[in-house]
Amino acid sequence: MTTATDKNWTRSLRKAGESAFPPERLLPDTQPSYVASWIYVFGALTMAALGVVTATGLVLAVMGPTWWHHSSTGHFINSMHLWSVELFFFAMVVHLWGKFFMAAWRGNRALTWITGVVSFVVSIGTAFTGYLSQTNFDSQWIATQAKDGINSTGGGAVFNVLNFGQMLMWHITLLPIGVGAIVVFHVLLVRRRGVVPPFELSGAKEEVAQ
Amino acid sequence: MTKSSRRFNIDRDVAPWTGATRPYDIAKEVAICFLVIGLLTVGLSVLFSSPDDPAVTLKQWAVSTPIDFATTAATELDGTGGTAGYGPPYNTAADGPMVLGISPAKIAGVHIPVDAAKDFVLSPVAALPENPVASQAIATYEAASVEQRQTWAANYDAAVTASTVTTAGGKVIVAPGDYGPVATIVDQLVAMAQSGALDTTMLTQQRFFSTDFTKPLLFISDGSFLANKAAIDHLQGDQWGMMNETGSWPGQAWLWLYTMWYQVPGLSTSDNADLQVFLIIIGLTLLLAFLPFIPGLRSIPRWTRVYKVIWKDHYRNM
Repeated sequence: MTTATDKNWTRSLRKAGESAFPPERLLPDTQPSYVASWIYVFGALTMAALGVVTATGLVLAVMGPTWWHHSSTGHFINSMHLWSVELFFFAMVVHLWGKFFMAAWRGNRALTWITGVVSFVVSIGTAFTGYLSQTNFDSQWIATQAKDGINSTGGGAVFNVLNFGQMLMWHITLLPIGVGAIVVFHVLLVRRRGVVPPFELSGAKEEVAQ
Repeated sequence: MTKSSRRFNIDRDVAPWTGATRPYDIAKEVAICFLVIGLLTVGLSVLFSSPDDPAVTLKQWAVSTPIDFATTAATELDGTGGTAGYGPPYNTAADGPMVLGISPAKIAGVHIPVDAAKDFVLSPVAALPENPVASQAIATYEAASVEQRQTWAANYDAAVTASTVTTAGGKVIVAPGDYGPVATIVDQLVAMAQSGALDTTMLTQQRFFSTDFTKPLLFISDGSFLANKAAIDHLQGDQWGMMNETGSWPGQAWLWLYTMWYQVPGLSTSDNADLQVFLIIIGLTLLLAFLPFIPGLRSIPRWTRVYKVIWKDHYRNM
């Protein structure tokens, strides 16, 4: 039976949110006992590195794309941006391999896995446009080489790696928004589904309700 | 509500966890991770800094290797240069890489029109102020037939790549021949580039404010100067350059799989390698993304038994 309450979109949205993400699930203070390995830390390390990447990138964005060439402070911030990106990818790849060997897609967690892979791919695109935005020899060379790969797909018609202004905008707006959105979605899915349990050594076979 | 059921698949399904729990502090974990990453970032930045090789200019190119510069200009005029014969999205001189007879670049079409002869050579020389020699040479060139222009440019191209070519005071000296105004045009362009004026002119061809470096980058990459500098820094494609960085800094190491395909015999020499490698990577990425649904592939974690190391405490306590 439909009630007046059901017609309130805001109330329905809030209830759905509360149902999917009760506070104790969003910020848990207990975990299943099998969550006891260093491999689990790499997800949080990836998030932390993304935070440092974003913070240093914000400083570089505020000061402009060529500031770091003629400022020792700028060069240091650029170094932090570079090294946090390297740490980000290192942690992310270890996290990905860890989840692979756990078969972490089991138990209705396929979407969590897929969003993880998508965030990896979008992160590669973000880093790539960052290399194109350095305004130095490295970005010149990478742009002239990468154009052939992009152009071969037909994508060069709209995504011109030789256009510094376009690549900078992708790097500091569109792709970070994409990475941020997909990472948030990924983390929410992790909180919703929980951490995948270990394989049953007995090889249990049972019916699974759909 | 109707419920269907399916057979339990160990590589897809899990039984609900009913075992013990342990205390966990997610806020503390995230805070410590931020601290660790922050310290590592600062430490690595202090110890190793970051590379910053200045951008190469057209002036540097023309001053350092005027013969290579003149040769590249000649190839843009006779249509044998990299950009002149590139195809989409710059022009229709070629179809672009193909797979199964299909060229996505050709289908997408020309969206960034570049006339290599006009944009890289003729227009800059024509823009030289108060230079009757340059103006006369451009006028003579443009008044000639297409065949005549091609003959002059090809003759000059052959002369500037011959072993007899020399330089004197930065000027390229070729053996006497039938070059029409081409030799003069190239000489003017070399001098213009050596003065630094070409860098400015090519950037402002469109408007005062410009952030689009397409044309100067295409021109400079058609020569050997940029590539030779890249080879010293092990950045060439056959040096796994895509994942390298100038100097000894780590580059985009995560591109190792993409780079690897360019080293594989067959692909490394294929005219269509760019498209072939891209399609391979797209295919592998889709396989990775949809791995949870692919029987066999999704069983690899169980077969490799690495999970026993990850959950060793759990299995020990069972």
